[in-house]
Amino acid sequence: MDLFKIISDIEKVDPEIYERLDSRRRVFKHFGLAGKAVTGAMLPGLVSGLFQRAYGQTSALSPDIVAVLNLALSLEYLEFYFYDSGLNATGLIPNADRPAFEKIRNDESGHIKVLRGALGNAAIPDPTRAAFDYSGGRGRTVGPFAPALVNDYALFLGSSQAFVDTGVRAYKGGAPTLMPNKDLLQAALDIHSVEARHSSHVRTVRRGLAASQSGQAATTVAGDLNNLSGKTGRPKSWISGTDNGGPSPSTTPSTTPVYGPGNPATGAPTAIFFPAESNTMQAGIEISTLAGLNATAASEAFDEPLDPTTVKSIARNFVNELVAPTLFA
Amino acid sequence: MSKLHDSGATDQVPSALVQPIQRRSFLRYTGAGMALSGLFLAGCDDDDESNSNNLLDVGSSDNGVLNYAYALEQLEAAFYAQVKTGQYYSTANAAEKQVFDDLALHEKAHTDFLKAVLSTNAIKALEPDFSSINFNDRSSVLNAAKTFEDLGVAAYNGAGRYIQTAAYLVIAGKIVSVEARHAALIRDMIGYNTFVDSDVVDLFTPTGSVSTPGVGNGTGRERSMTPSDVLTKANAFLKEGSRLSANSLR
Repeated sequence: MDLFKIISDIEKVDPEIYERLDSRRRVFKHFGLAGKAVTGAMLPGLVSGLFQRAYGQTSALSPDIVAVLNLALSLEYLEFYFYDSGLNATGLIPNADRPAFEKIRNDESGHIKVLRGALGNAAIPDPTRAAFDYSGGRGRTVGPFAPALVNDYALFLGSSQAFVDTGVRAYKGGAPTLMPNKDLLQAALDIHSVEARHSSHVRTVRRGLAASQSGQAATTVAGDLNNLSGKTGRPKSWISGTDNGGPSPSTTPSTTPVYGPGNPATGAPTAIFFPAESNTMQAGIEISTLAGLNATAASEAFDEPLDPTTVKSIARNFVNELVAPTLFA
Repeated sequence: MSKLHDSGATDQVPSALVQPIQRRSFLRYTGAGMALSGLFLAGCDDDDESNSNNLLDVGSSDNGVLNYAYALEQLEAAFYAQVKTGQYYSTANAAEKQVFDDLALHEKAHTDFLKAVLSTNAIKALEPDFSSINFNDRSSVLNAAKTFEDLGVAAYNGAGRYIQTAAYLVIAGKIVSVEARHAALIRDMIGYNTFVDSDVVDLFTPTGSVSTPGVGNGTGRERSMTPSDVLTKANAFLKEGSRLSANSLR
């Protein structure tokens, strides 16, 4: 057995093998063998233990943790292939905005890598681009969002915002399930805030576009509380109330559920529940009536989580059911 | 690179493998001995040190995390309240005024909420030290806002693991994504398209086709920070007597 040759070969397909192994110098520490003579008879067990530590964490994951991580992974694929398709649609994304969407696409790709690593062999297979129907027609008809990946940049931004805000709410809703595993919780939290950064930027670009401003000038356009929703709305970089249903409230499918309540929508102060984004009560404390505050600020200051069933019902609208009947099912 | 041949055929492992273990274990034990000495010495003056530095500890368990958050939110709320009295704000355009109006309200909401949740367990009102910030200068204000917002995101993310009650974890999640929205916009105001960048996010670089997901270097994860690293930065904006430690959040 040529251990280092094996590791070296793995490195060719997984450049981070050494990180998984906890870096080369600590490989031997992991064996728990310091100061002991290593005999040939011990080696098969040692090598197996080494790779078990590096790749085999899945055996310890509970079914509900696997479910949360696979839902997150499915959402990351939904986002990744959407942004990648947008970047591949000639003339859709203006040059000033391509670097941002390349960053966002690549972040999602990184998240996919992280989640695959966490799930190991419990990860769902890559559904591929063919699994998604970003028109919102579920593979059965041409839905109202079809121009988003052809020539309607405002609609592309609207779809982006809806996907990323769904993702932010989904990670928030999944976090309690991950509490028993601090490393996985950390990974999910680290992804969650990056998704929120994406949403903020997409919203900034949307305000700019609505005022015919792009690049740095987009940041000079204020949000408009009287014009938050619709394809040419000017949302703030945070969610005000329910954003009046978001970028496409009156289509079928609609973006309204992205900002609406989940299930259960109400609960005791210390319970986990999923109110609409317009919620102003936190842990039993009404924020809007605190001195100097109001309902708009109270809703904006706190994002709200969403339960897995509601998340799936939103995401399912963008799956080609003929190709991927079980995705978000 | 050392190689290990035909291990199954012999009981004796070639010295190439054994020697690195011995060398590394020696270093490791030496390191451990030094670390233990360090702990022993630290233990001797631990009480004196915390008294002489006059650090206010945020406490342990959920109240510790909530007080940690309350402290950082106090700092942010005080900062934005002062921004609104400065010359930069008074001459800012409508979009930037709206941003700072909103941020002041959001951070006030977070602060007053956490104070109410903590009730009698809340730490005292902290005295900020913003002497390094020029509130008349746009660049100084934006860069300070960026520091506070990025720090807040890294802090909430890094403290999630210490929360024991699921409902509080969700509350922290509700706040941190709003902080991330703030951070991204402030960063875009300073330099467009820096809403994520390598100082705050472990950016992912594809090594194969960009259209093949999950293959590349990096993770796309926020660079979260431990409470102790966060407080080292936050204490630079707090007056003597208001500076903090989080000795139980580790």
